Amino acid sequence: VRILYLGRLQDVAGTRAAQIDLPEGVATAEAVRTWLSREEPALGAALGDPSVRIVVNDAVARADHPVGPEDEIAFLPAVSGG
Amino acid sequence: MISVQEAPFDPGAEERRLAEACPGAGAIVSFTGLVRGRSGGADVAELELDHHPRFTEKVVREIAEEARARFSLLGVTIIHRYGRLNPGEAIVLAAAAAEHRRAAFEAVDYLMDRLKTEAPFWKREHGPDGSRWIEARPGDWTDRARWDRGT
Repeated sequence: VRILYLGRLQDVAGTRAAQIDLPEGVATAEAVRTWLSREEPALGAALGDPSVRIVVNDAVARADHPVGPEDEIAFLPAVSGG
Repeated sequence: MISVQEAPFDPGAEERRLAEACPGAGAIVSFTGLVRGRSGGADVAELELDHHPRFTEKVVREIAEEARARFSLLGVTIIHRYGRLNPGEAIVLAAAAAEHRRAAFEAVDYLMDRLKTEAPFWKREHGPDGSRWIEARPGDWTDRARWDRGT
């Protein structure tokens, strides 16, 4: 999957975009967040903030939204606005 | 016309384009937002805007459509830039065409209040003292709430 860290999350992640292979069993939006958080605890704290939304491809995803290898998963912190 | 783009735009030309696209309009109201050179008492050398490659434009489009329906607009233009901008540059244009002026004025006010609170942009100011991410001001949400009318 392709992961996008938008806004201030890119500073925590150290990158704005990453291509990663999900381990078997990580198949929902929330599972991706949990897995990334476990891999990198500092990032986990940032991703776990209740204001962070997950957008899969081009729509806000619920926690149980299924994700596969071709999907793009973006983590959106609170917006600055236009 | 809705556009989320890196390139600069010409507000005057966009307003004329909207007028030409809406021959029945009796009113065009246009707002152009510029990058400020000072923020919170500090100089800003550059404003960086991060955005989502598709979701940002989708949300902007939804806001435009809701304004069009709510104020019976004949046309709407929103252009919003991303990337790195210098003070004085136009960052956003919101324009509305309507039969009468009140709807056009209100629609642009509404568009900007929605954009300021909901448009998925993340701003980072770069200045002589480093850089910082900025968040929507509480006042932006108060402005936004004026349009709720309990709906």
